[in-house]
Amino acid sequence: MSDNPLRDAIAEAIDQNDVILFMKGTPEQPMCGFSARTVAALQATGAPFAAVDILPDPRIRQELSALSNWPTIPQLFVHGELVGGADIVGELYETGELAQILGVEPPADAPAEAPAEAAPAGAPPLQIDNRLG
Amino acid sequence: MPTAEQLKERIEAGIPGSRAEVETADEVHFSARVVAGAFSGLSRVQQHQLVYGLFAPGELGGAIHALSLKTETP
Repeated sequence: MSDNPLRDAIAEAIDQNDVILFMKGTPEQPMCGFSARTVAALQATGAPFAAVDILPDPRIRQELSALSNWPTIPQLFVHGELVGGADIVGELYETGELAQILGVEPPADAPAEAPAEAAPAGAPPLQIDNRLG
Repeated sequence: MPTAEQLKERIEAGIPGSRAEVETADEVHFSARVVAGAFSGLSRVQQHQLVYGLFAPGELGGAIHALSLKTETP
């Protein structure tokens, strides 16, 4: 047991989602231009991603930044590793590297069959908008 | 409230041998292009972390609402 359940929950979310974006607002309704740009880049690659809105509880951002050593939002993690914030994701998108990192071939390919994973049992402590379906 | 010039000085002092160009339209949102030999061998994330490390906790996202970064090696 840890004395920091929120940090554990964040670490677990990063661990359990191949691609996870911590952002302000939701992919449907980003609350900040930087988050909006990052969502747009991700969506343009067609890769499924999970998203966590950090706005409902300021502690999420605190704990996330402590964990990642990254002060700002958004933050994109792929396979448990911090890829970067809005600037880096934007650069990677422009160079075409983002699709590679996300493991999706640039658009040419037929849409890969995304196996719809069953949502983990029990409501996750973080409001994760699971877009893997 | 920092000015673009102050941020430039801070980055250049904090990362010896670096050159920074800092722009701001409103003294709250900044964008910086930083060229530093110290970046060589580092991932993009590590390069940005080196710059972010020059700021106090809460300063980015606080007094400095946003610092858009582009890092390069000479």
